[in-house]
Amino acid sequence: MSDVKSFFDTPAPAHLTGIKAWLLTHDHKRLAIMYLWAVMFWFTVAIILGLLIRIELMSIGPTIMGAKLYNSAFTLHGVIMIFLFIIPAIPAIFGNFILPIQLGADDVFFPRLNLLSWYLYMLGGLLAIVSLFTGGGFPDTGWTFYVPFSVTTNHSVPLTLTAAFILGMSSMLTGLNFITTVHRMRVKEMGWMQIPLFTWSLYATGWVQLLATPVISITLLLVIFERAFGIGLFDPDKGGDPVLYQHLFWMYSHPVVYVMILPGMGIISEVIPTFSRKAIFGYKAIVWSSMGIAVAGSLVWAHHMYTSGISDTAVFIFSLLTYLVAIPTAIKVFSWVATLYKASIEMTPPLLYALIFIYLFTVGGLTGLVIGAAGTNIHVHDTQFIVAHFHFTMFGGAGFAFFAGLHFWWPKMFGVMYNIKKAYIAATLITVGFMFHYVPMFVLGMMGMPRRYFDYLPQFAQGNALAGIGGIIMVIGLLLMLYNLVMSLREKVVAPENPWGGVTLEWSVPSPPPVHNFVTAPSVKDYPYDFSEVLKKAAQS
Amino acid sequence: MDPVLGVDRAFWYIFGVSLILLIGITAVMIYFVVRYRRSKNPVPSDIRGDWKLELIWSIIPTFIALSMFWIGWSSYTGLRNVPDDAIEVEVLGQMFSWIFIYDNDKETENELVVPVNTPVKLNIESLDVIHSFFIPAFRVKVDAVKGLPTYLTFTPKEEGEFDIFCAEYCGTDHSYMTAKLRVVPNEEYEEWLEEEE
Ligand code: HEM
Ligand SMILES: [Cu+2]
Repeated sequence: MSDVKSFFDTPAPAHLTGIKAWLLTHDHKRLAIMYLWAVMFWFTVAIILGLLIRIELMSIGPTIMGAKLYNSAFTLHGVIMIFLFIIPAIPAIFGNFILPIQLGADDVFFPRLNLLSWYLYMLGGLLAIVSLFTGGGFPDTGWTFYVPFSVTTNHSVPLTLTAAFILGMSSMLTGLNFITTVHRMRVKEMGWMQIPLFTWSLYATGWVQLLATPVISITLLLVIFERAFGIGLFDPDKGGDPVLYQHLFWMYSHPVVYVMILPGMGIISEVIPTFSRKAIFGYKAIVWSSMGIAVAGSLVWAHHMYTSGISDTAVFIFSLLTYLVAIPTAIKVFSWVATLYKASIEMTPPLLYALIFIYLFTVGGLTGLVIGAAGTNIHVHDTQFIVAHFHFTMFGGAGFAFFAGLHFWWPKMFGVMYNIKKAYIAATLITVGFMFHYVPMFVLGMMGMPRRYFDYLPQFAQGNALAGIGGIIMVIGLLLMLYNLVMSLREKVVAPENPWGGVTLEWSVPSPPPVHNFVTAPSVKDYPYDFSEVLKKAAQS
Repeated sequence: MDPVLGVDRAFWYIFGVSLILLIGITAVMIYFVVRYRRSKNPVPSDIRGDWKLELIWSIIPTFIALSMFWIGWSSYTGLRNVPDDAIEVEVLGQMFSWIFIYDNDKETENELVVPVNTPVKLNIESLDVIHSFFIPAFRVKVDAVKGLPTYLTFTPKEEGEFDIFCAEYCGTDHSYMTAKLRVVPNEEYEEWLEEEE
């Protein structure tokens, strides 16, 4: 292929060798790869934990563990999935690798800060492990750490919270880096409306991270103080207010669901036009809906709290605002589907993941309407219905977008192609398992089965057994997908510079890219999704 | 209207519209992918957007969303309105059981007995961490918080036994924090109320 040395063979800074070339690197691509392995590790751990809780629920009474262990298992599953997988996955891996290249830059604006973010991520993960084995036992509060429970339980909550705090810092610094990179490092010719949509989505996400993370950092610190010194901020016995905690928690954690999904939407907005060989439908609408989601999404936190004792007026306002966020989301879905109209569509694993994303995410969004409405929310709040809903959005949405991104950019990152057939088999297994796993949970929730239930009444047995079978199929699919990707590094089927016919800048550089990304100066198109050259080339061959 | 019916109507409305949208979006998507596959349609059209279409699909969903919001909100007010003739029972949540205290200071644990066809108002509070009082059959749920009294109300229309759950995670035996609601004829209720334990 090309005779340029890839970044794998060129340490940056240049004097570093061996393992130091990785651990002290300033190269955004090396950092992306380092994040990739760390995130994959945590994802696998959390999948296994998910499988264990699912199997536990397959029959009434203790199946493979007791109530205490179960409560720790879903807490850990939730904490790892949220803080170590779904929040960092897309920005830290693909954002780091692709964003600078899409902007025609040779790195992010603050490379050293970028390295610091990675260390914070690793430190947060390490502390999470340590917190398991210190104190009175595994943390068991659920990933939401609600007070007063999280203040009274004798398990080692402070350390887990510190871990979450550090992970928040890590993701915030990454967001800061992306914002400044977009502002300061774009090639001169690139105006705001020529920025690819993936980068746009990370820009919107960066602002949410920057503005929301301090809130959770302060909240988690307050809980730690509360536990250590008993200041009584959240303690009703001392005149404190436990519901205040929930406001603070969701003031961060609701915007954060957009931190999870916006970058995923960005990936979908790249994948669909590429395999359609056609401009994205409504580029500007997608850009503005990203920003709209970022802003409106920050104003709806109390829709997690309709039953918490807040006033009916508050319920009215937050329910109304919630419905307003639904609209920019709907616009995106329509734009993606419209992009397929009169396109020239080539089926590939990334596209298949993207199409499944649209389906699953639409289910997630529509069931969100059920939860957003005040009266119906009361019935399904804190039931299995919610668990199904957020897996549809976070896993069917952000997760599948991540899988699409993995299969889309893998050849770019490593210069090798994975086994396409295995990729299809894995995608099918994951999707079929997914439906069998989560659809029964919608029904269970409607029937009234609460979430975080170690055990349940006989009327819920059938649904849980079915969900268990789905869960097992899904996990087999997930493991096959990961295995297939890893094996591609062994089999080394060389991938060309532009295997898919993409038009954004990352497809104009070698796979894997050289240390400064560009061999020739990047040339910016007037319109970022102009496929006329790709089509010309295709017509010639 | 019966509040339960109101909530169910909201469910049906939102589910119904959602299902139509889901089927529509999915069917169109699959149709496009098959119809415009590369072997069939090697040369795509260069369409970059259409402001009229974009306007339509921004405005129509806005109205659909607002209608859903409204039906949801009105069913919620149905759940919150306490009829004047409601009997009141105090409910206390604790790790891991529910305590019910009646007007005449009769106390029960994990068993709530109410007369049929009479509105009930439950005043709910917690003795320790947050719990959530949930009766699926009456579509009602509210958190039990220490120091923050909350309430819920329902009117049983027929006799029978119904499940009560704790819906806010509260510790090891959260899933065993269940209770029974017994709806009985009026006379039986009076009798039961006077019974000594
Ligand atoms: C992208 C992937 C996923 C994400 C982001 C995710 C996230 C979460 C979160 C945040 C919770 C709530 C934990 C809590 O209540 O504190 C949860 C619960 C749960 N997850 Fe996942 N999860 C994912 C994948 C899986 C997988 C692969 C499985 C099973 C094979 C699974 C099974 C479950 C189950 C059964 C619960 C409910 C526990 C309960 O309420 O009792 N999840 N998940
Ligand atoms: Cu409880």
